[in-house]
Amino acid sequence: MSDRIIDKAAAELAADIREGRLTSVEVTTAFLDRIDAVDGTVGAFLHVDREGALAAAREADAAVAAGESVSPLAGVPIAVKDVVVTKGLPTTAASKILEGWIPPYDATIVERVKAARMPILGKTNLDEFAMGSSTEFSAYGRTANPWDTGRIPGGSGGGSAAAVAAKMAPLAIGTDTGGSIRQPSAVTGTFGAKPTYGSNSRYGVIAFSSSLDTPGPVSRNALDAALLHEVISGHDPRDSTAVDAPVPPVAEAARLGATGDLSGVTLGVVTELTAGSDAAEPGVVEAYRAGIDQLVKLGAQIREVSCPSFVHALAAYYLIAPAEASSNLARYDGVRYGLRAGDDGERGLEEVMSLTREVGFGPEVKRRILLGTYALSAGYIDRFYGQAQKVRTLVKRDFEAAFEQVDALVSPTTPFTAFKFGEHSEDLYRMYLADLYTVPANLYGGPGVSVPVGLAEGLPVGFQVMGPVMGDDIAYRVAAALESTQEPLLADTAPEIEGK
Amino acid sequence: MTRLNTYDAAMAAYEPVLGIETHIELDTNTKMFCGCSTVFGAEPNTQVCPVCLALPGALPVANKAAVEATIKIGLALNCSIAEWTRFARKNYFYPDMPKNFQTSQHEEPLCEDGFVDVVVDGESHRIEIERVHLEEDTGKTLHVGGAAGRIHGATESLVDYNRAGIPLVEIVTRPVPGTGALAPEVARAYAAELRDIVRSLGVSDVRMEQGSMRCDVNVSLNRPGEEWGTRTETKNVNSLRSVERSVRYEIRRQSALLDAGDKILQETRHFHEATGETSPGRSKEEATDYRYFPEPDLAVMEPSRAWVEELRATLPEPPRKRRERLQAAWALGDKEMQSVVNADAVELIEATIAAGSSASGAVKWWLGELSRRANESGVELDALDIAPSQVAELQGMVDDGRLNDKLARQVIDGVLSGEGGPAEVAAARGLEVVSDTGALEAAVDEAIAANPDAADKIRGGKHAAAGALIGAVMKSTKGQADAGTVRRIILDKLS
Ligand SMILES: [Zn+2]
Repeated sequence: MSDRIIDKAAAELAADIREGRLTSVEVTTAFLDRIDAVDGTVGAFLHVDREGALAAAREADAAVAAGESVSPLAGVPIAVKDVVVTKGLPTTAASKILEGWIPPYDATIVERVKAARMPILGKTNLDEFAMGSSTEFSAYGRTANPWDTGRIPGGSGGGSAAAVAAKMAPLAIGTDTGGSIRQPSAVTGTFGAKPTYGSNSRYGVIAFSSSLDTPGPVSRNALDAALLHEVISGHDPRDSTAVDAPVPPVAEAARLGATGDLSGVTLGVVTELTAGSDAAEPGVVEAYRAGIDQLVKLGAQIREVSCPSFVHALAAYYLIAPAEASSNLARYDGVRYGLRAGDDGERGLEEVMSLTREVGFGPEVKRRILLGTYALSAGYIDRFYGQAQKVRTLVKRDFEAAFEQVDALVSPTTPFTAFKFGEHSEDLYRMYLADLYTVPANLYGGPGVSVPVGLAEGLPVGFQVMGPVMGDDIAYRVAAALESTQEPLLADTAPEIEGK
Repeated sequence: MTRLNTYDAAMAAYEPVLGIETHIELDTNTKMFCGCSTVFGAEPNTQVCPVCLALPGALPVANKAAVEATIKIGLALNCSIAEWTRFARKNYFYPDMPKNFQTSQHEEPLCEDGFVDVVVDGESHRIEIERVHLEEDTGKTLHVGGAAGRIHGATESLVDYNRAGIPLVEIVTRPVPGTGALAPEVARAYAAELRDIVRSLGVSDVRMEQGSMRCDVNVSLNRPGEEWGTRTETKNVNSLRSVERSVRYEIRRQSALLDAGDKILQETRHFHEATGETSPGRSKEEATDYRYFPEPDLAVMEPSRAWVEELRATLPEPPRKRRERLQAAWALGDKEMQSVVNADAVELIEATIAAGSSASGAVKWWLGELSRRANESGVELDALDIAPSQVAELQGMVDDGRLNDKLARQVIDGVLSGEGGPAEVAAARGLEVVSDTGALEAAVDEAIAANPDAADKIRGGKHAAAGALIGAVMKSTKGQADAGTVRRIILDKLS
């Protein structure tokens, strides 16, 4: 292994800090310096908090020196998607409408990160309000894929994935509404997990679609993600939709998976996500099949299962998520915080509210607000929102039926590798297809993880493992097992970035 | 000018259908979806947090005490309590609504299908309750710089979010036909009964004048045998008296329009306390599409049957039963008790008796003199500036012979104009029955001297003639003598 701090995985850094080989200040400084060196090229961060990160690092070092019992990730710095609220740090959701807003409170998962003594390096770029699959819809500029800076890093969490892929952070927090953790991880060669809905608090996560949004970890490997998962997971009385149950033992599962033994595990290949593969690129299909072969070699049983409703999942998603978003984003009106446009003493209140939204929201956000408003309108709600909810019920039933037969479901994470900037900007349907394989798990509520499974024409491909609700551990175990067959890991072989 | 029919002319031709939606602010310690205090009257925007200001990322958590209070209201209104219920978002933009949607309930209210019986003129009317649901209040907007707080011409609009998120229960009746000319009284009796029921549960202070109970009153008219007419909705009617007046006014206004062959617009209207009139508000034709959908930020609620039964067991004696009990205890006839109820004086009389008054005395003051004063000033009885304990004190002074009725009325004048309690007023104004017999005897001698004819008649055995002398003595003592004592002295001297 390399001696560079930034090349190390989070678990290794944590051990070095705990055992006195490194300090958190050294580690944090190394990542901050890396950000300074290469983020001009990548554009993963919207805001870097050098002082705050170093202050937290010093406190972590003091706690370790004092022999306090610290979390397994104490002292390891982290990047946070800018849709997660951080007290005293700008939080914009990559939207002009929140420009300059400084939150007076921390999201629950941020409180937990801080309690675990993990310094926060800064806030990462995303598609505005997490709506997109390429991070091109950020109001604050684009983020490049470290594997090819002419290509997108996925979305909406392109910033978090690119930060980890470019070694500007060993860990990051993302949010996944239809694939916004998994798809960016897939196209940047990183590991990303969408936990069971409700197992990670949404309190302080700026809402896109309340019934789908799930914060989760982005990392270089399965174990790191699992350790972060355990830091941020768990019941939160401030989130009424939070699951009040013990956190599945994901770190233990990742370690078990890493032993490479999957005997006794049955995996389901979903016909509707792979057969025909009309959407998937050949290179993606090839890498995915190679992954299946590896899993079989580790002792897994493969069974084909049919989930007929999955073919309608994307359409249902594009009604439910915008419908909820149209209501969730109504609060951005310039009255209480954020941007206020046209308040010249002449215009009335309603005009100012309207103008603020006109100026403050970007095109994709407006498109989805319109779509969602329409889907909820009198005379249309039954045909659109109502039908979509029925599909959602069917998707849940398909998952439940599948998990009667298999322990986990597998598929490619996304149909195609990182595309070029602007490639799908004119063809949004093609862009929306990026979430084709990830959306079913969101509608169902169960966990889905994306693990790198090789390259297609030099670009990373992700392999998705989906588990039953609160069965996050089986997803981690299978993903970690597959990861054990990948030598070296993609995260360790990413091309060097030239600083600008 | 709005044309109005006389009420009698309206009732000769039309039948009214009523419907009442009532909003009641619960007096839970904390708001509906956050931990902020609900105390009334704090400095603007001091009782707020990320949740009730709708900061990005904030999430609601339902207040269990509010759910419990709503279930109690539902049970007291004979409703069935949902086994599965959830919140819904009512989407519309308004500056004093932080989220630009109201978290309310739509298709799955907490309580459904109840009723309330009210008695008007000895006749019982059943008001059916369609639903009782839980929602949150909005903030308050203050327009500064324009005329009279109106948005037009205002230079600034200030929003106070202290009220935003206070739990609000909405109680909706089914349409109420068949009340005929009693419609205004039935509407009022329903509002009064509802208020008494909620007050008895101890879940709200239900003060209409403070806005913790507000009625939206729907009225339509139809000719006998025809379909129900188009209804208007008079918003935020803020006293029992106004409920009655607004119905009466709408009946007179709508009937005049219908007589002229005009259509009734389906619209919301505003009630003006000063004039007793309603004026048009927002027309329903341009009404917002609220785009209701289930609130995804809040878990579904499934009140367990055991919990519901537990709450049912804690319900207090219903106000109607209580009134029957009090009627017997106070030895009142049906008519008298009805007057007490109509005057909204049950609680006041009860409190007066509790403060030491006789039942007859308490009833006499509240139904007589005090009702008259309230009517004159156009306020509710309980808004008069006199406490039940002061009425009890007053009656005590009468019982002790320190005041007669006439003086007592003057004492009431003083109490109502803020001069202090009855004893203070009596002392300050020098109002006390003259019990000094020396002074009275002198006054009687004077009266005898001035009325020799009357004196002779009494000496001749015509005791009825004493009245003239008593009157003269009362006049000379400015009413401060006790008439009985004066009579006795006169008879002693002349027979
Ligand atoms: Zn609050």
